[in-house]
Amino acid sequence: MFAFIVRRIAQAIIVMLIISFIGFAIKQSFGDPVREITGVSVSAAEREKIRDELGLNDPFMVQFGRFMQGAVKGDIGKSFFYKKSALEVILSKAPATLELVMCSALIIVIFSIPLGIYSAIRPKALFSRFVMGGSIVGVSIPVFLTAILMIYVFSVELHWLPSYGRGETVNIGGWRTGFLTADGWLHLIMPSIALSSIMLPLFIRLIRSEMMEVLENDYIKYAWAKGLTPKRVWIVHAFKNTLLPVITVGGVQLGTMIAFTILTETVFQWQGMGFMFIEAVERGDAPLMVAYLVVVGLIFVVVNTVVDVIYGLVNPQVRITGQK
Amino acid sequence: MKRSLLFLALVAILSLGLAGCSAEKKEEAPAKKETAETAPAAAAGKTLKLAMDADPVSLDPHVQLSGGMLQYSHMVFDPLVRWAKDGSFEPRLAESWERIDDKTMRFHLRKGVKFHSGNPFTAEDVVWTIERLKKSADYKGLFEPFSPAKVVDANTVDIITKEPYGLLLNMATYIFPMDKKFYSGKDESGQPKDAIVKTGPSFANVNESGTGKYAVAEREQGVRVVFKAFPEYWDKAGNVDTIILTPIKNDATRVAALLSGDVDFIMPVPPQDLKRVDTTEGLQLVTMSGSRIITFQLNQKRQKPFQNPKVRQAIAYATDNTGIVNKVMKGFATVACQQGPEGFAGYNAELKPRYDLEKAKQLMKEAGYENGFECTMIAPNNRYVNDEKIAEAFVSMMGKIGIKVNLKTMPKAQYWDQFDAQIADIQMIGWHPDTEDSANYTEFLLMCINKETGYGQYNSGNYCNQEVDSLVIASQTETDLTKRNAMLQKVEKILYDEAAFVPLHWQNLSWASKTDMNTEEIVNVQNFPYFGDLVIK
Repeated sequence: MFAFIVRRIAQAIIVMLIISFIGFAIKQSFGDPVREITGVSVSAAEREKIRDELGLNDPFMVQFGRFMQGAVKGDIGKSFFYKKSALEVILSKAPATLELVMCSALIIVIFSIPLGIYSAIRPKALFSRFVMGGSIVGVSIPVFLTAILMIYVFSVELHWLPSYGRGETVNIGGWRTGFLTADGWLHLIMPSIALSSIMLPLFIRLIRSEMMEVLENDYIKYAWAKGLTPKRVWIVHAFKNTLLPVITVGGVQLGTMIAFTILTETVFQWQGMGFMFIEAVERGDAPLMVAYLVVVGLIFVVVNTVVDVIYGLVNPQVRITGQK
Repeated sequence: MKRSLLFLALVAILSLGLAGCSAEKKEEAPAKKETAETAPAAAAGKTLKLAMDADPVSLDPHVQLSGGMLQYSHMVFDPLVRWAKDGSFEPRLAESWERIDDKTMRFHLRKGVKFHSGNPFTAEDVVWTIERLKKSADYKGLFEPFSPAKVVDANTVDIITKEPYGLLLNMATYIFPMDKKFYSGKDESGQPKDAIVKTGPSFANVNESGTGKYAVAEREQGVRVVFKAFPEYWDKAGNVDTIILTPIKNDATRVAALLSGDVDFIMPVPPQDLKRVDTTEGLQLVTMSGSRIITFQLNQKRQKPFQNPKVRQAIAYATDNTGIVNKVMKGFATVACQQGPEGFAGYNAELKPRYDLEKAKQLMKEAGYENGFECTMIAPNNRYVNDEKIAEAFVSMMGKIGIKVNLKTMPKAQYWDQFDAQIADIQMIGWHPDTEDSANYTEFLLMCINKETGYGQYNSGNYCNQEVDSLVIASQTETDLTKRNAMLQKVEKILYDEAAFVPLHWQNLSWASKTDMNTEEIVNVQNFPYFGDLVIK
């Protein structure tokens, strides 16, 4: 078991190295940050001087080596735009993204389970067909369009909801939260609905198909034969077994949601990591881009490693297949 | 790509919305949410919620020369003189000025002015600020003609140039005196407080002490900046106590914030929403023709035909820039046929737009290119208003005279390196002169390329004409403005006749706000709104 854990961690470290190398390699093609931080009439010689000072003229491997030296000490570069450590910037933006993802996840859980179950039990009912049809539409409308439509209807036309930003936030030990003010909640409504609009139909369909499969099983037929109440058969026997694959997929999709926040955050001017990343790309703020990729990569790697190790603990077969 | 999709989506929605509001009936803008303050009789406690497309990158006015930083400087600092609406100079920290000799201008400073730190403002601060400007990478070039300034007495300062210089006052609009005492010494990390640091921490990046109407009360970069009125400010023109500046980069979101009443004032207004803002009850739209010219440069080093003036003229005649302004820019631009707009020193009223397809074909024939030729072109897709669409329109116009153009567009972060490397035969560039003067366009875009002097730094057409160069260089030391204007107008005429470049239009400027403020009076062609003069009724 110990060897298995060590092996998994070693793999994780290799993956992290590859991620930071790739992130670092693509930053070269993102254009010139010096352009962004100087006025137009600055002479070519001045620009060259600034590039030298920033070490942008050094060979790639020298730059990468310097980056790795810092990374070992927990310093993954300094943002040109924010003029402070990139990690600090990312950590200050993380709460906004995490709160948004949490709210969206909540919306998805609350709606997808009952709708999925219902359309599995009554596949021919009018309401089920409506849900299925709606989910196709939901999947095919891009997030930013949903977001703009909502802003147009609820902010511009009806003036019910604020159109941008996080509203009032409260700072608790460095975590700026919008959960503690009414204003913060109002600002959360539209972005979290927009973000969940892609995943919600996916989950409804996933739960429905899993549930329909489970309902075909022999043990369900046996439960019916035993004369159990429908509620008990559906909820206790069928749904429980539906949930396992759904949770697995859900874990993976949570990561994907972090990627989807980029669009949502941009439209709503939501000051999170995704918005920060897009702006860094536009500004050519290379250190911040690389840092973001490394941090997000780290989150994925850590989650996956932990999941694997837990699987290994729970199911010894996994450890053996890995050994050869 | 995402951006353009977003833009298309918005256009679609807004047009649907407009169609829905039968015959564009006026809509009600929401009443301002009254906070828990009883409407005071005295004009005090007014708050302005302002949304721009970016926020200041630093609190140090010398870190970067950009529109955004100058807008910030006008709020927190005060210049010696500033531009008035009619193009003259208004006294600010300098009450009056006179020429002492051909290289010296004496400024009499306003008395009793205080910095935000409480330190009194004196001539020392002006001298110190000019010295610091000469160290700033971005301002160095503009202040190259200047010698160190001299203190005459506490309220008088002599600003001296190395040679006679006609643009001394133009440059004085960039002298926002900084608090010498406040910025002297060392900070906690042992770095001098007056260090100009572009990409790292510095004292001046996060602290300010200017003489301006507003002091920075709180700032979270990229999220918001709160400005509070400085109680000891000398000018009592405006009545806004607090300005909350939120950067909203996304065009659609910025407009929605105004329409929904979340903010009171936005700049800029995207062209596709001008009509909507204008027809909304309770909102006002102010637009103005600007001085940023959009041009195409024809590279004579890469493409032999471009060396022939007839071919260049043919291209100019075949470019329907009036059509581009009407169709692509929705009328939100001013057709150009020279570099500087009306009101600029070199503006030559004789020059007229010249779209004439027949004549263009004729010229191609005379030049021996009746069957046209093929060439490459690059343009940015997120730098100028509708840049990609303008380039596409130009490509189809060139098709009509047999020139097949292969266009490639890219984001600005990658564009400028490609531009400098001159990877294509035709390249797009827009230019707004930092000096607010005609000569600056030619110095950067069309003078013979000279690595030593830096002339022609953005001249990717490789146009080179000794007569133009000598006229522009002579204009720099000419202080008789009538003579100087004549020189620069001659330059524009030569460039027009030779079709040195393809002029398209000047981008318009736009601001929108609620109707209860004097927006019209505080905005100007330089796009530095004087928020200190803003009055909210």
